[in-house]
Amino acid sequence: MKKTATILASLVIATGLAAPALAASDKADPISPPGGWSFQGILGAHYDREAAQRGFQVYKEVCASCHGLNQVAFRTLEDIGFTEEEVKAIAADYFVPGDPDEFGDPTERPAIPADIKPDPYPNEEAAAFANNGAIPPDLSLIVKARAGGADYLYSLLTGYRDPTEEELAHMAEQGLAMPDTAYFNPYKAGQVIAMAPPLMEGIVEYAEGQPEATVEQMAYDVTTFLAWTAEPKLEERKEIGFRFMVLLFILCGLLFFSYRRVAKRVMDH
Amino acid sequence: MHPSRSFEPKNGFVKWFDQQLPILTVLHGALVAYPTPKNLNYWWSFGSLAGFMLAVQIVTGIILAMHYTPHVDYAFNSVEHIMRNVNYGWLIRYVHQNGASFFFIVVYIHIFRGLYYGSYKAPRELLWMLGLVIYLLMMATAFMGYVLPWGQMSFWAATVITNLFSAVPLVGDAIVTFLWGGFSVDNPTLNRFFSLHYVLPFVIAAVAILHIWALHIPGSNNPLGIEVKGPQDQIDFHPYHTAKDLFMLSVLLIVFMGVVFYAPNYLSHADNYIPADPLVTPAHITPDWYFLPFYAILRAVPDILFIEAKLAGVIAMFAAILLLFALPWLDKSPVRSGTFRPLFKQFYWLLVIDVIVLGFAGARPAEGAWLIAGQVGTVYYFVHFLVILPLLSRIEKTRPLPESISQSVLSKQASA
Repeated sequence: MKKTATILASLVIATGLAAPALAASDKADPISPPGGWSFQGILGAHYDREAAQRGFQVYKEVCASCHGLNQVAFRTLEDIGFTEEEVKAIAADYFVPGDPDEFGDPTERPAIPADIKPDPYPNEEAAAFANNGAIPPDLSLIVKARAGGADYLYSLLTGYRDPTEEELAHMAEQGLAMPDTAYFNPYKAGQVIAMAPPLMEGIVEYAEGQPEATVEQMAYDVTTFLAWTAEPKLEERKEIGFRFMVLLFILCGLLFFSYRRVAKRVMDH
Repeated sequence: MHPSRSFEPKNGFVKWFDQQLPILTVLHGALVAYPTPKNLNYWWSFGSLAGFMLAVQIVTGIILAMHYTPHVDYAFNSVEHIMRNVNYGWLIRYVHQNGASFFFIVVYIHIFRGLYYGSYKAPRELLWMLGLVIYLLMMATAFMGYVLPWGQMSFWAATVITNLFSAVPLVGDAIVTFLWGGFSVDNPTLNRFFSLHYVLPFVIAAVAILHIWALHIPGSNNPLGIEVKGPQDQIDFHPYHTAKDLFMLSVLLIVFMGVVFYAPNYLSHADNYIPADPLVTPAHITPDWYFLPFYAILRAVPDILFIEAKLAGVIAMFAAILLLFALPWLDKSPVRSGTFRPLFKQFYWLLVIDVIVLGFAGARPAEGAWLIAGQVGTVYYFVHFLVILPLLSRIEKTRPLPESISQSVLSKQASA
């Protein structure tokens, strides 16, 4: 049984008529948060631990009701500064399938740090049914899975607004209308997104001594957290990389001079 | 080229071993006493560098295969397992992923060096053709490797590329079903791609040995493109070229590892971090950058008479590569090096620009100005090889060649 969509898609592309429906010009360029990201750059790139922990709180209290995180074991949360005890407590809030009991019936047990948080929906059908047909993507890799990365996610989360008259007119020109079950967001490809604005003032309460949970602050924090879930080895990579590169430059210099010396010796005789 | 001196081991065991299996004599002749022209420039290091990149890909690939699971339900997660849980898995995986790109960068430089200095001409036609075989095998290997992570681009690139074969008249659909091992890109496809992705690099290594063998019969070409006249024109591979190639290797590593450590996903597509979904087509399917010029040619061709565009595109794309096998007989100019061919030199750089333009056109949706650029680029590509090169070899007035390599080297030193 051939999938018609498959055949059509490849035909369209192979004959050079690739669908221009979602042309890049139909979305705004993502913006960076003021001050950029702690994990950018070459030297000292790191995940801001406090932001990442607040971001985990935002994820847990807001995003997690619809979005899974199925690449991230609880134990790895220690990497962003949670203590072993805290991780145990976080894991124990969830139930996962356990071994069958003595009668062979399935059981449930509280999660341990080695487990992964159970997905919010039992299957894709349930996810689609609960969300007007749109399946909320897993967030483990979302920062790497979108062009623009962390900036894109931050822009998307802070970018909800009503469309202007011009934007509505532009959409109408292309035969599109704002559906009742979707929202306008200039950063999303096609500018229409199924997800309701997830962040609003007061939805999360940060612990004492932490910054106020404004939409921008929450977006910054949860993006930092999700940047970490997407690339948990970034700090190690950039740190090892720096030492490796310094040694390589030295090696390169030495090899250049040894080559010149060899060349002089064997060419001049 | 006979070795400049014979292998004379002093150690008794080595002597005994080499008498019964003269493998060390062969290696000594190939890597130590192999006489090379004195005037090779840095561009001649890229052959060794290509060999190095092949070794990197094989070693990292074998380690990755120990942790990877070629099954549609587990492949994506097993790659993430490598990235998160395997010791230095992220490093091995990023080296392998970017290693493919750098293997192609090195090989493209190697090929364009050969094109400029006429290294494909007699007596090196077979050497050139073996190189093209390696290149074709690399393309197949890289394509199948791109499918293994089973992300969105993996799945849809596999779908688009395998579907090309459906353009073949009459048996097209049967071929595609055969390639897939079913009626869509699915688990059997992933399994066979993994199997072939594992074995083809060893075939490449075998052909690379033939390539080096065929090189060592006539010996290396050189920037002047003239024959070696005697020992005064030559220098042993070791220590001169070992030192030089090691230096060039460190330069390559600086760029390569710089990308691995600081921009490991720069050369790939964000969509491949989305697990494959047969029901969701990405807005814009692109292959990795090293295929883009050919992708542009594939999409540039319109319907030609009774041949529909898809088939015509596939023919053009394969012709663009297979054409290179005929190059030694298309360019009949007796002068090898572009240095002494004023007209050829200009068209050579035009070809370089043309291929780069085709690359950009291949990355864009085939519409508007980029489609036209792709079409113009495609026409020039074929005109270059089929019309311009044969014509040039008849009409071009080449500049006088130097007497010998050593004379040219000496006069350079005198003027410096």
